[in-house]
Amino acid sequence: MPDLLVGSDRPPKTQSPTDGAQQLVIPSDPAEAGRVQDHIERLLVSHRYEERERFSIKLAMEEALVNAIKHGNQLDRKKKVIVQYRISHERFDVQIIDEGKGFNPDDLPDPMAPENLERACGRGLLLIRHYMSEVNYLPPGNRLSMSLIRGYKTRNGNH
Amino acid sequence: MSAQPRRRRLEVEDIGDVTVVNFTDKKILDEQNIQVIGEQLFSLVDDLGRRKILLNFSNVEYLSSAALGKFITLNKKVNASGGRLILCNIDPQIYEVFEITKLNKLFNIQKEEQAALQAF
Repeated sequence: MPDLLVGSDRPPKTQSPTDGAQQLVIPSDPAEAGRVQDHIERLLVSHRYEERERFSIKLAMEEALVNAIKHGNQLDRKKKVIVQYRISHERFDVQIIDEGKGFNPDDLPDPMAPENLERACGRGLLLIRHYMSEVNYLPPGNRLSMSLIRGYKTRNGNH
Repeated sequence: MSAQPRRRRLEVEDIGDVTVVNFTDKKILDEQNIQVIGEQLFSLVDDLGRRKILLNFSNVEYLSSAALGKFITLNKKVNASGGRLILCNIDPQIYEVFEITKLNKLFNIQKEEQAALQAF
């Protein structure tokens, strides 16, 4: 499949791992996250994902990429973020892998607790969990796996 | 290059003694944009001494938690200076982000600009 990142001076590398997933590799630069987003957005449109679904994926991807780049790789451009995704008419699956040490998501303070409401950060994972159907941090916590299953009813409503 | 020109990210208009801010970006997602938006918002309070600020979200289709962080900091600054921050015209999809994070309880959010202006 040709790389769809038209107009990019330094497109992420696209590969096809054996399981049929596509892979993008980007340096730890927030600007690169935008290119990944544009690429995924085009694929979602071509697979006729609805606006609500595209909103959910875009927001979750943004939070996950920023976490990987800033917290995982500490904005070190030499460190890579790997994005492995698979898209079908039924579901969107993605794994976002950074080179950080990982973390335990249970150790994060609850951003909804009244004493934390005015903290300026710490809401990314909360949004990811709300908007995606399945979310898992794989040990040691530097690999986030998330999926949006179309038509999947969650406590937060119907995707 | 990834560096973007430091163009204005906000449209600022004074209505009476209220500073009304509209966002030029539909997507407040990109880290660099958010940084610049934050600086321009904080400058309204820190440098220009504005006390009543209304953020109008009518143009905004996406925003991330990093953007929410800037609004929280702005809210603290405005409150510390004895002023008031109000948000309005938030698209239902965006409002959901405020609800999930319970920030709809922290911020004064009004439906329309007119109602917001009267709420100061």
